[in-house]
Amino acid sequence: MARNYAMKDTFAENRIFLSRVVIVFVLIIFLVISLLVRLVYLQIVGHEQYSTMAKSNRVKITPLPPTRGIIYDRHGRVLAENLPSYSLEIIPEQVKDLDNTLFKLKQLFDISDEKIKRFLKYKKRGKRFSSIPLLSQLTDEEVAKFAVVRPYYPGVDVHARLVRHYPYKELTAHVVGYVGRINEKELKTLPVSEYQGTQYIGKIGIEKAYETQLHGKKGFAEIEVNVQSRGIKTIFSMEPVPGASLYLTLDIDLQKTAFDALEGYNGAVVAIEINTGDVLVFANRPEFDPNSFVGGISTKEYKLLQESDDQPLFDRALRGQYPPGSTIKPFVGLAGLEYGVTKFRDKLHCPGYYQLPNLKHKYRDWKKRGHGKVDLNRAITESCDVYFYDLARTLGIDKIHDFLYQFGFGQKTGIDLAGERAGLLPSQTWKRKVKKERWYLGETLISGIGQGFMQVTPVQLARATATLANRGKIVTPYLVDRIINMNYTSAGPGQPNQQIELKSKNTDDIISAMVNVVHGAGGTARRLQAGINYKIAGKTGTAQVFTVKQEEKYNEDEIKFKLRDHALFMSFAPANDPKIAVAVIVENGGHGGSVAAPIAGKVMKQFLMSNEDVAVAN
Amino acid sequence: MQTEIRDEQFHTPSVIGTLLRKLHIDIPLFAGIVLLCSLSFVILYSAGGQDIAILMRQATRIAIAFVFMIFLAHINPRHFYRHSAKLYGLGVLLLVAVLVVGLTGKGAQRWLNLGFVRFQPSEMIKITTPMMIAWYLSNHALPPNAKQLFIAFLLIIVPTLLIAKQPDLGTSLLVASSGAAVLFFAGLSWRFIGVTVAVLASLTPVLWHFMREYQRNRVLTFLNPEADPMGKGYHIIQSKIAIGSGGVNGKGWLGSTQAKLEFLPESSTDFIFAVYAEEFGLLGCVSLLMLYLLIIGRCLYIAVQAQDSYSRLLAGSLSLTFFVYIFVNIGMVIGILPVVGVPLPLISYGGTSMVTLLSGFGILMSIHTHRKFLPT
Repeated sequence: MARNYAMKDTFAENRIFLSRVVIVFVLIIFLVISLLVRLVYLQIVGHEQYSTMAKSNRVKITPLPPTRGIIYDRHGRVLAENLPSYSLEIIPEQVKDLDNTLFKLKQLFDISDEKIKRFLKYKKRGKRFSSIPLLSQLTDEEVAKFAVVRPYYPGVDVHARLVRHYPYKELTAHVVGYVGRINEKELKTLPVSEYQGTQYIGKIGIEKAYETQLHGKKGFAEIEVNVQSRGIKTIFSMEPVPGASLYLTLDIDLQKTAFDALEGYNGAVVAIEINTGDVLVFANRPEFDPNSFVGGISTKEYKLLQESDDQPLFDRALRGQYPPGSTIKPFVGLAGLEYGVTKFRDKLHCPGYYQLPNLKHKYRDWKKRGHGKVDLNRAITESCDVYFYDLARTLGIDKIHDFLYQFGFGQKTGIDLAGERAGLLPSQTWKRKVKKERWYLGETLISGIGQGFMQVTPVQLARATATLANRGKIVTPYLVDRIINMNYTSAGPGQPNQQIELKSKNTDDIISAMVNVVHGAGGTARRLQAGINYKIAGKTGTAQVFTVKQEEKYNEDEIKFKLRDHALFMSFAPANDPKIAVAVIVENGGHGGSVAAPIAGKVMKQFLMSNEDVAVAN
Repeated sequence: MQTEIRDEQFHTPSVIGTLLRKLHIDIPLFAGIVLLCSLSFVILYSAGGQDIAILMRQATRIAIAFVFMIFLAHINPRHFYRHSAKLYGLGVLLLVAVLVVGLTGKGAQRWLNLGFVRFQPSEMIKITTPMMIAWYLSNHALPPNAKQLFIAFLLIIVPTLLIAKQPDLGTSLLVASSGAAVLFFAGLSWRFIGVTVAVLASLTPVLWHFMREYQRNRVLTFLNPEADPMGKGYHIIQSKIAIGSGGVNGKGWLGSTQAKLEFLPESSTDFIFAVYAEEFGLLGCVSLLMLYLLIIGRCLYIAVQAQDSYSRLLAGSLSLTFFVYIFVNIGMVIGILPVVGVPLPLISYGGTSMVTLLSGFGILMSIHTHRKFLPT
């Protein structure tokens, strides 16, 4: 087909073409070499770097949070457990248009604005690429509903999580406590790596005090993920070590008895097994449902609890500080005997008031007509104030302080809960140091009947009672009996081998007076003796309420109620072989004998009547 | 006295040899193509997520493309020569038609629906443009004079602009380069080349002005992919990670994690080289480039052996264009060229480009197997 035009020089064209082909081929070789140079750069020089990048692309290291330990009562009944629950969670970094996604989800599920607000708050606080819950406790239908549309919502997923649940609800709210989402403050102090993937932390009670043991050890998994960060398969995993299970000393039945008996009042009951220090009852009123804190309590609900005058969130048993009133009298009496300033049978005339020499002020007895001739036995049985004004005056505040201090007043009991308060045991030194004032004699007198500066917590009072019942052998209350780990069991703290130096005669005398409080003729808690086959030693108390906050509402009935005295009762039983010590404080309960004592009576009755050994012993 | 020239291989009597010769097939070229297509299956199986359906579709396309190749190999180059202008004109018309009634695919108008099949006229023009230029120039004495150059320039620029308007930057550049390749082989003076390069360089800002947003983004991304790792630079970064993590020996067949876990986009089409490089490593890359070089070498050999200007120019252009394909694709995947939509020839998943490429090889085979012995 070669068309030969006259002007065409085929050979010249051929030559040019050949030279151009050679040039092109050289150029191609050159370009191929440049590609190879680049490939060598990527695949040899940069290999390590790109390998790492490919790995981190592909493998996400996910922390595996441990399962929180279960909490049981002394008989193995579950007080805190983990229940599976589905929650809808979002990883904000993986969502292209968060607002739009939230909007669309809102059409799918019933999501309140408050939940959105809370989600945004958690989001702000959360680590990057962490899964932030939007809805919790999804129903099966909701889970199914989302499963259908899941592919259209990258970054949004349903997670099965274990959610803490407290089957006894209000009954154990303060003592077992509750868990809640980790807040910013906690985040700063927590061991960060251990808490990766953990969302909840113990906030109060046992949950807080035993956080480390309950939490367990974090594991992790290397998970191969796709571009949407959805897991494809697990390459390697290190299983978490679940948190230890705790067996408490608490007896939930007894706790319920105390709790029910307290109904209608604000107050606390603490019962301690004397031989062991086991805390059998640690009850508080008013109550709240700890479960509502787990899923994230609503601001409104929380505000309601927080601002209530009754302060339901307040752990009275541990942190409530009350004037002990007459419940202090057995200890002050014992101090008098031990220091030898009085004898058990020494009598004193009670005209219904007490006066210091050269002073007009009358320190009144609760019984206006007076008790007449009283010895220490009657002074305790009938709770004569005048006797103790006099005894306190003779002892002096520092001796009272020093003696009562041995029983644990004015100091923390060391119970295994966080946030315990020490109460207040006044002394001259204390007043000078704290109040920058000298001590007045009048203050000594009212200290003798447990008023004035003196303050005790219910757990303190229970402990002092147990120690007295134990004849001076110190009892330290504790709540966790056994910590059961995967590999080992550890017992709770043992009892300290500490003995208060007491003459047994003095102790016997005081205890016999306390028995008379319940079983004696003029006893202030006589109603307790009905229907029991053992003897109770106890002491009633009625503490004056000094302060009414000025800003409180002007509801007249309310104020009157608030001004009513706190009712107290401390007791142990059986008197001859003490097993259980109970302290009861009922705020504004009025008289200790009528309100507080029956509550303690019920607890002791239930404990002792179901205890075969005691029945035999008596 | 005219006898058909026989290559060395043709002297070996064998059934297959005879058959292939009858089919006007050039054995070295054919062998290279078959090898590449087989490799395509191997890589696609991995890159496509071990989906047999993808392989079946690719097999269908390859089969169709082979039919085109063998059909074209049968046609005497004389006919190509004769119909060059008409085919070119048809191609340009179709391009105009695409702009008018074309369907939109991936944000660009490239497809023409012919009722039974969707067809990309821009692919056809890739072959008809060098045909046209070769036809035009071979009708005159070479090297071309200024007037011929100007006309040739117009012939190239019209389809180039029409495709650029779709917009399909990659294809328009390929068309332009296939036309320019003809001019180069025709003996375009070095001075002219120098001036053109200078002018083009100075026109870059103007070109920038006329570029679409996404084209600009691609250039910007190419210049600095790390600036936007989750957005525009994502392709290139992921692709580099895939290639780099392959190392010398690669992760082995089906061992690509980048593609399998969907980090690498377009892993079956434009970015298939990254999957290949991740799985077969530097050694695999060198082997593949060598295979490509052998094929290009054979093509250039065919061009040199061609016996008239038209065939030579067309063969030269088709060979060079084939290389441009390879270079642009691999260059983009390994991050030394901006991302333009050019598949890896004979390996990437996709129909039309396969047909175009094998059509080009068919023409080359036709040129080679229809030679007449011309005694000097």
